[in-house]
Amino acid sequence: MKKTLFEKIWDNHIVYPQDKDKQVDSYLLYIDRHLIHEVTSPQAFESLRLNNRKVRRPDLTFATMDHNVPTSDRSLPILDEISSIQISTLNDNCKEFGIKLYDLHSPYQGIVHVIGPELGLTIPGSTIVCGDSHTSTHGAFGAFAFGIGTSEVEHVLATQCLWLKKPKNFAVNFIGRRKNIHAITAKDMVLYLIRKIGIGGGIGSVLEYRGETISELSMEQRMTICNMSIEAGARAGLIAPDEITISYLKGRKYLPQGNKFDQLLDTWKELVTDDDSSFDMAVDINLQELAPQVTWGTNPSMTIDITDTIPYPDEYSQGNENQKMAAIKSLEYMGIEAGIPITSIPVDRVFIGSCTNSRLDDLVEASIVVRGRKVSSKVRAMVVPGSQQVKFAAEKLGIDKIFKEAGFEWRESGCSMCLGMNPDILSPKERCASTSNRNFEGRQGVGGRTHLVSPVMAAAAAIKGHFFDVREWL
Amino acid sequence: MKIFKTITSQAVPLPLVNIDTDQIIPKQFLKLIQKTGFGKFLFYDWRYDSEGNKKDDFVLNNPKYNNRQILLTLDNFGSGSSREHAVWAISDYGFKIIIAPSFADIFYNNCIKNCVLPIILSKPHIQLLFDNEDIMITVDLEKQQITANSITIPFKIDPSSKIYLLEGSDEISKTLKLESEISNYETNHPLYTNISE
Ligand code: SF4
Repeated sequence: MKKTLFEKIWDNHIVYPQDKDKQVDSYLLYIDRHLIHEVTSPQAFESLRLNNRKVRRPDLTFATMDHNVPTSDRSLPILDEISSIQISTLNDNCKEFGIKLYDLHSPYQGIVHVIGPELGLTIPGSTIVCGDSHTSTHGAFGAFAFGIGTSEVEHVLATQCLWLKKPKNFAVNFIGRRKNIHAITAKDMVLYLIRKIGIGGGIGSVLEYRGETISELSMEQRMTICNMSIEAGARAGLIAPDEITISYLKGRKYLPQGNKFDQLLDTWKELVTDDDSSFDMAVDINLQELAPQVTWGTNPSMTIDITDTIPYPDEYSQGNENQKMAAIKSLEYMGIEAGIPITSIPVDRVFIGSCTNSRLDDLVEASIVVRGRKVSSKVRAMVVPGSQQVKFAAEKLGIDKIFKEAGFEWRESGCSMCLGMNPDILSPKERCASTSNRNFEGRQGVGGRTHLVSPVMAAAAAIKGHFFDVREWL
Repeated sequence: MKIFKTITSQAVPLPLVNIDTDQIIPKQFLKLIQKTGFGKFLFYDWRYDSEGNKKDDFVLNNPKYNNRQILLTLDNFGSGSSREHAVWAISDYGFKIIIAPSFADIFYNNCIKNCVLPIILSKPHIQLLFDNEDIMITVDLEKQQITANSITIPFKIDPSSKIYLLEGSDEISKTLKLESEISNYETNHPLYTNISE
């Protein structure tokens, strides 16, 4: 039978088909890797304790601290008392249940979705969960990876399995080629997709990204795309593994070597969608005319080309009253007027970071824009590498110096201003060009205004002091 | 766990699309390490101004809507972050049911686990309820129907979620009974269920 990549992974992880007596439609699936962090795990551990349960496979469970952590000097104590409690709670829980933790002082600490692949925990054909919606990132390796809530975190800790209903197969076919591969990035591809299918467009499905351009992307760029699958409402994103995947993974810490690695390679060869298998849904996205994308509103589908003007609510909503209301509310929150060019909007802050765009590739590309230029005197700009490993690698290449000389702050790794749970936040009405994934109201700080862009576009905005078409420089 | 019973209540109307979990419970409240007490932070930035005063124009601050157990809203409710804190806040505030044309996937699952019933209705039915916001609504999960005045609207729910809400079974105990299936699976898939270093 012809199967899609997703169906192959799904079928291979069924532990128990369904509750036959009651005609129930869910399956018990085995979870190969469980990643945890400080924010969504404390209640799960507490509940295990209350019920006298243990963690079934601590050896398949890995923890780090990322959401809450300060990105300034790590030798100083954490000032926020509640953050500090959450961090020490994770410490205690990992000790008590025997779970490997990459803590603040570890050279492998970082955003959970950055360190999973770095450590070789993310492997093709596996199932991966984490109490975080951007777990979809790991789908770039051909793994079925998805975010779960805290009750499900507890269930996985106790059983290493989850009850799931089978999602639908959704093919995203990228057609044609980008005209400028440095200025028009993976981030622009995925923002454009969300603009086309909407933030609910992928509900209930797994998106498989396909097409020549996808196979030419680096693993970092593939992760950017899969990362934002959730912003289209999808359960997960998937890209079939290939030579690029294998060369990224070879030699990583948690991958076997020799014979066992070869055995894995053999199973990975099967991880493609068979020709002529059928998808429940499909969309074609043409890259030929793709321009750098910028969001103007308060969800990631409110996106335009850098050459566009801010849309009028009527234009955006195309007759849908609720969407029109949403657009009016967004424009008001963002403090911008319809009809003006996006390039005329000044920015106060620039944030290069988050699990979407904080990997070495992202920083290298952005540094090309920054080199020899200065951050506008009106802008405060920072780079927050996704992990300590990214930070070290970038420093080895001297990229930190390029950013610092231009006037960027160079920080320690963590989620930082992506969600502002640590001291890195926007003040009310401050406007930020951000490489993160969510431009929701208040996401980066109460009243803060977020515009999502690629790393090169963020770098250009930092220098110009307003949004700028980076194609002029690249 | 609580078991879901038939509920009769009026609804609180919140006619906005794409309400994300950052709005339902802003991140500054995610630092707590327990599951209770989140109700007072529900829709915090919409409910309170920067000085912590109630904003008069927000629906939850209108006494007329106090003690209503049904939240009526629009498409793609609960999108964004996987934080279960969003459902803890909704439930702690007193909502037992959310009615919308569509929900985000993770949020939907989180609702079921916390005995909050997410009901998907067609847009015309939702509009009908918005147009009659003070109407008494009875939700019968067993029969999968909503009655409001003389109108009866059926709704769909997947069987496993329905059983979970009605019987309140402890899902982890149920899974732990399948121990031999789980161990068998592990034995048969050694490449993925082991980690080498
Ligand atoms: S970087 Fe942002 S989106 Fe990614 S895990 Fe951290 S908070 Fe979530």
